[in-house]
Amino acid sequence: MAIAPPPFFKAKPPAKPVEVVKERSMLLQKEMLAKQFHDLSAAKETGRKVVYTFVPGNLSELILAFDMLPVYPEINALQWGMRKKSGSMIRDAEKYGYSEDVCTYVKCDIGMFLNGNIGPTGEKLPPPDLLLLSYTGCFTFLKWFENLQKLYPGVPVAMLHTPYAADGKITGEMVTYMVKQLEEEVIPKMEMVSGKKFDREKLSQHLGYARDSEDWISKIFALTKQKPSPIDAYFAGVYYIGPINAGFRGAESAVEYYRQLYLEVAERAAHGKTPVTPEGDLEEERFRLVVEGPPNWTHFREFWKLFYDMGAVVVASSYTKVGGLFDEGFRHDPEKPFESLARYCMGCYTNISLPERINLLERFIKEYKADGFLINSIKSCNSFSAGQLLIMRELEQRLGIPVSFIESDLVDPRYFSYANIKNRLDSFFQMMEQRKRAGSHHSEGRGSLLLPIVESEAVA
Amino acid sequence: MSNYYLGIDLGSTTSKAVIINQDDEIIGRGITNTRANYEVAAEIARIAAIFNARFSLLKRAMHSELVSNPELQRYIADLEEAFQYVEFRIRADRLYRQMVTTASAYFPLDRQPAVLAALGKIFEVAIPEIKHQYLHEKLGAKNQFFRDIFFEQYNQRVTALDQTSATKLFEPLMTTFDKSITPVENEMLPMDFTALVHEAMDILQEKYAGFSERKLRPGFAFDEELQLLAGNVREVSETIKKHIDRIAQQDIAIANMVGTGYGRALLPFPQECIRSEILCHAFGAHIAFPNTRTVLDIGGQDTKAIQVDEEGFVTSFQMNDRCAAGCGRYLGYIADELGITLSELGESATHAECDAQINSTCTVFAGAELRELQNLGVRREDILGGLHKAIVSRAMSLIARSGGVRNEFTFTGGVARNPAVLKYLRGFIRENYGEDITMNIHTDSIFMGALGGARFARLGVNVELPKSKRSSTPIMPELEGELL
Repeated sequence: MAIAPPPFFKAKPPAKPVEVVKERSMLLQKEMLAKQFHDLSAAKETGRKVVYTFVPGNLSELILAFDMLPVYPEINALQWGMRKKSGSMIRDAEKYGYSEDVCTYVKCDIGMFLNGNIGPTGEKLPPPDLLLLSYTGCFTFLKWFENLQKLYPGVPVAMLHTPYAADGKITGEMVTYMVKQLEEEVIPKMEMVSGKKFDREKLSQHLGYARDSEDWISKIFALTKQKPSPIDAYFAGVYYIGPINAGFRGAESAVEYYRQLYLEVAERAAHGKTPVTPEGDLEEERFRLVVEGPPNWTHFREFWKLFYDMGAVVVASSYTKVGGLFDEGFRHDPEKPFESLARYCMGCYTNISLPERINLLERFIKEYKADGFLINSIKSCNSFSAGQLLIMRELEQRLGIPVSFIESDLVDPRYFSYANIKNRLDSFFQMMEQRKRAGSHHSEGRGSLLLPIVESEAVA
Repeated sequence: MSNYYLGIDLGSTTSKAVIINQDDEIIGRGITNTRANYEVAAEIARIAAIFNARFSLLKRAMHSELVSNPELQRYIADLEEAFQYVEFRIRADRLYRQMVTTASAYFPLDRQPAVLAALGKIFEVAIPEIKHQYLHEKLGAKNQFFRDIFFEQYNQRVTALDQTSATKLFEPLMTTFDKSITPVENEMLPMDFTALVHEAMDILQEKYAGFSERKLRPGFAFDEELQLLAGNVREVSETIKKHIDRIAQQDIAIANMVGTGYGRALLPFPQECIRSEILCHAFGAHIAFPNTRTVLDIGGQDTKAIQVDEEGFVTSFQMNDRCAAGCGRYLGYIADELGITLSELGESATHAECDAQINSTCTVFAGAELRELQNLGVRREDILGGLHKAIVSRAMSLIARSGGVRNEFTFTGGVARNPAVLKYLRGFIRENYGEDITMNIHTDSIFMGALGGARFARLGVNVELPKSKRSSTPIMPELEGELL
């Protein structure tokens, strides 16, 4: 009998640790947010009033006009998720009685409250002086604030009801309805809480800054139409949208931040550079993707790595538009303050119907010349995960591009299964590669089989 | 010299290897149970495929002789069975040595003699019994996994011994096995084709020598081929030997290889040679049945519903997430719960008259439901029928999510061997997608992923990677075949 042969297959060398690279703008936005958390922790001493509110359809210019400070519970939750601390908060909320199926942003927020309301920077967050619910599309927001109202007995609530823009059209009546609420419900409550008289000019000034920031951010995200894309519009995009979504939209500092960021990104684009990843500049742009759904926050870095390791760049995503569809042309208008606030709320991504979301994503795929479409569906999100399979199949049908569907969660680490996600993404990247090799006849759509059903459902 | 292409599918339960030639014909298949050391699992499957390929090449080389001489055909079939036994015996010898070492290290001096004596006695009886099953009862075709074959005998013997002997040996003997099987399974044993095949031929001499006495026994079925063989075994074996010695030396040059499957990330392959199992299963199904448009693959822990185009390219897919109820492992669990084998499980379920309602979407809960139904006096066949129906209905939901069933429909994976799954699947497909759907199941359904991988290897389409991820060393190792 022969001796044992040396192995035919050779074991792989272990992976080397990497040093994390961050862009300047990422550091800058971190500083801006850190200062905000610091201001919040000192609110009691400085006498500034605190408004708890949500990102989609937020009225941050109005909050600034009253010189109040905003708290965005979902941003706190995602920050805790990125710091890998959300898991224990979710467990605490579950111990308190919240079920497994409840949105994990909510449970993380409740868990944070139960643990002394310490914010992600380690500083204590003040209790709300006002709960401002400019409700747009997410049903959970409504229930979330009902819960906060119980946790902070006696806190005033201002509710701005945003009519659903099912077909994406906003009528005069809808605007009037919202303006009336702003004048009769929201502003009087804010005057009462802040003890200040409403200053229309101050609001217009903030709306002017908002308009300018929106101009810059739209220009930044339009640069990803270039090949190679100079940035990743999703994984880096979530850093870029930080200031505009977290209360700075109407602040002068945001205009400056986005102006600088634009210059940075435009320079990258001018030099044909690829996106910056945590491991340095992306070596090569191999796949351009459009992504629907938020990223997973608890394993953000691992999740991103799965993409950049294979040269996949997200060129457009619906998630980075939840704070406003500015690249679709909407701008806040200092001349028409209330009307533009109303139109802003109604035009949010979260307030449009499934067919409109499909149309928007189709435009993204075409305009940004994407090779594939991916959905990261959120296990604990009942409002937006419904219908996503239909979105995917419809886009595949219309455009004939590779599509894929993965599932994870916002901030519950228990729902991130690395192996499952990697398995699906590997297949997806290889599908795109195969399609690219096969040539053009594979990239034709087959019309729309599903749309009539979608529309009749939307009407019903 | 012909070029061959290797596909390896490292599944959660089994590792498969397929070798194809330039015409996409399968010339070798190898399968083994997946174990902790993936390199060993891949290597064992690969060597099994190469050995199998040598037998295929032998049959091809002797094609005309085989057609006219059925006794030659019979001899080769018997030779393959004897060959499988020799492979088994080499492992069993190694296991015995390991068990002796384990027992000597693990038990106090006063207990060692009893355990060692019992081990010796068990091997003395079990190995000849297994040999008999290989040579006369087609054991190799029924079960290809060393661990299972050995343990079935071992378990029986240990149980019997425990009942008859005064000293309680059940626990120590089982502990000895548990502690020994893993290191042995994770070790590569030298296997030389020529030496193995010569030994197998010697074994056949013994088998045929005993034939003349046995055939006179009352009730022994008349076997024409064997009759012919027994008459001229010397000539037959000389003829075969000439061919086989040449084929044993033939270089089975693997020109390219592709790895896939659940363990592919850990496969000791260059990354360029690792393909997604979704693409490989789709491609394998496409090779076997070129009109395939929808593929359902049920493996050990994955169920995949895949839509493919006319070239075998994947257009969309869905996989089970977070739960493997309904996959192969689930069936294994249920079979264990009932104390029957996997093949008995599917067979028994086909005799259901009134399917029980099973609703649990969890393997463990389904076990509880099964017990409850047994308790209520429901027939076992009806429970199993309901259970298989529940599995298939989960697969149907996955198929719907991926885009439904389009003609033709191909079913792949280990579970495609289960007749009850086929029965219910056929029913559901007809009911939901019409009578006209063609449903394909290949006899090699479990090898479809490896086949797809081999096809990718033949096309030479390595996975494109960013520059820094590409291997600096050549993709194919220079070493070929099982002899180095």
